[in-house]
Amino acid sequence: MSCDLTRSALHGYFDGELSAASNADFKRHLQHCSDCVLELATQEFVRDSLQRAPVYAFAPDSLKQRVRAHLRSGVRTDASPQRLIWQWLAAAAALLVVALLVWRVVPNVHDDDDYQAGLAAGIVDAHVRSLQPGHLTNVDSADQHTVKAWFDGKVDFVFPVRDFTNDGFSLLGGRLDIVQGRTVAVLAYARSGHVVNVFIWSTREPEESARAGARLGYQWVAWQKGNMEFCAVSDAAPAELEQLHRLFAG
Amino acid sequence: MSDLDPEDGLRFERLVLPHVDAAFNFARWLLRSRADAEDVAQEALLRACRFFRGFQGGDARAWLLQIVRNTCYSWLEKNRPRESMVEFDEELHQQPLATPESIAMAVEGRERLTRALETLPSRYRELLVLRELEGCSYKEIAAITSIPLGTVMSSLSRARRQLHCALVNPGCKEAIA
Repeated sequence: MSCDLTRSALHGYFDGELSAASNADFKRHLQHCSDCVLELATQEFVRDSLQRAPVYAFAPDSLKQRVRAHLRSGVRTDASPQRLIWQWLAAAAALLVVALLVWRVVPNVHDDDDYQAGLAAGIVDAHVRSLQPGHLTNVDSADQHTVKAWFDGKVDFVFPVRDFTNDGFSLLGGRLDIVQGRTVAVLAYARSGHVVNVFIWSTREPEESARAGARLGYQWVAWQKGNMEFCAVSDAAPAELEQLHRLFAG
Repeated sequence: MSDLDPEDGLRFERLVLPHVDAAFNFARWLLRSRADAEDVAQEALLRACRFFRGFQGGDARAWLLQIVRNTCYSWLEKNRPRESMVEFDEELHQQPLATPESIAMAVEGRERLTRALETLPSRYRELLVLRELEGCSYKEIAAITSIPLGTVMSSLSRARRQLHCALVNPGCKEAIA
């Protein structure tokens, strides 16, 4: 990484804190700086991980109650050490109950095909991330040549960029994203009000037949062609993703 | 005795109490301990009660977090004097960025994120907590931490690079100490 802006303006842009003019300048810069595009994708990924981890520490109810009690009665509210121990024991017991419930109730996705499940989760997360304002594309263009040229030198594989407006899938543009530690190319399409992301990366795996699934209400269809792996994700109907798969295959 | 008359008490409940989670979370990350955070956040909230008459209105969360921060740093100075005074490491500024791939592998799981955040000097950690967990604007961050508004962006940039470094290379903290 050598672009100086990865250490300055990029953060203001990422945080939505640039002035309108600087924001437009940085957007233009993103059109041709792969350092910044990649760094932005990394920042989004880390922020997303922090927010989903979850590492936010919510206040224990006992704290809220003590402050309320202080407000209402004016009585001193220091917790005695003994009371704290009981609170901790109660909290530990509650956690144990929750842990047991989760263990019993939540189906264990790791049992069957860990890799597939992890990949689907990573792709759906990336899809959801992309739906936040301003995150869908690094290059906005319905022109397949413009989008293809943008990817030159940013990924180390070549793939077809095609607009399927005549078949109801309009190319919106492309971006780089990160899925399971891999830099992937993404083409974004609009399909009658739905956004469809097609994730593309190179693979050396032997060719498999297409697979499909759903997660958190999003559908995905994955297929291979040549040395490329494709995965289309959307909240559109599964049949529509299947249609896009056929368009790519055709 | 409560420090507020009933009317101010209600106002405090309405304006400040919704931010008890923010106060606790901020204290937990500054002190790196839930148990200490519970005590210190409570102390800060009681202080906020005392100072509430001086609150002119405006951003109650930023006002409260400022008090939480002061209370935490005073507590750290008293109870863990070696820890509170770690300065920024400018040399790290020169280090190359971690690659996206290595970052992506490293953020799997909450423990690793927690540990990486905890290895950062508190001046970096507080910026990340305010921005990424609390969603504070640069203006609010400047108000809470007393960093000049003009340097919030570059400080965040350093904090983020430091976090990435700690994520991919747990030995990174040696570069800070």
